[in-house]
Amino acid sequence: MSVNPELVDVVFEPLEVYRVGREKVREFAAAVGASEPQHFDVELARGRGFGDIVAPPTFPIVVQEKTLRQLLSHEASGIDFSRVVHGDQRFEYSRPVVAGDDLIATLRVTKVQSLGGHSMVTAESVMTTPEGDHIVTAVSTLVVRGDEAPE
Amino acid sequence: MSVLWEHAELGDEVASGSFDITRDHLVRYAGASGDFNPIHYRDDVAQQVGLDGVLAHGMLTMGLALSPVLSWLGDSGTVRSYQVRFTKPVYVPAQGSTTLTSTATLTRKDDEPSGDITLTLTVKGEIGQSVLGKALVVVAPR
Repeated sequence: MSVNPELVDVVFEPLEVYRVGREKVREFAAAVGASEPQHFDVELARGRGFGDIVAPPTFPIVVQEKTLRQLLSHEASGIDFSRVVHGDQRFEYSRPVVAGDDLIATLRVTKVQSLGGHSMVTAESVMTTPEGDHIVTAVSTLVVRGDEAPE
Repeated sequence: MSVLWEHAELGDEVASGSFDITRDHLVRYAGASGDFNPIHYRDDVAQQVGLDGVLAHGMLTMGLALSPVLSWLGDSGTVRSYQVRFTKPVYVPAQGSTTLTSTATLTRKDDEPSGDITLTLTVKGEIGQSVLGKALVVVAPR
């Protein structure tokens, strides 16, 4: 079964507010080797003009994965989760995520393609403040391996 | 205000780093990110889906690959965009570690008013295989 092409331009319901926790930021920074003090030291980060400690640039994936689960569990998507491989990832920032941010994430499917027996689905998660100010857009392309695709 | 790359030329390697990735790192990343796909910690599950063994989360590789750049910048708040393509899996043995290296090369300098620069990351696994493609970081001056 291939990915349903009618998914293109489908916009999912925004997720519940994601509150960025300070300890989550520290834990994530340590896990990806982001050792700069602005990811850990509140006073230093504030001294540099940030509201709180700064999340590493790939942190929004934590929220994006929650939105992608909406897509993967969508009954009409035609996506077999066990065949999904992460193909591409991109982040575009208006400003860095900081601890204490409340993120509203909305997923939209932007592209569905077939290529050599595989399907590819591209979806973007736009993350804003509750007031609607853009913070970051995370774009993932997932490759869904086909049944008869050559290895 | 002077910027870090004022004297950097196109083609210069501005930052690099290497990482010894162990299963411990994968477990920590799973917890930190919420990505608990068992292919990142169970050999039997990884093999059932046709992999050679447990592999690192792509997003862990993407995060680690950026860290030399963040150290060079000292301020991740100037990163405008970051993108990669996942080209090859990074297998992580049950015992010991596997090595990942990341080198950032200055590949573009935009004129004013943006003054942005683009860094291209070359990210390789233990046997020199390229594990990320089209790995680009765009940074704004500050």
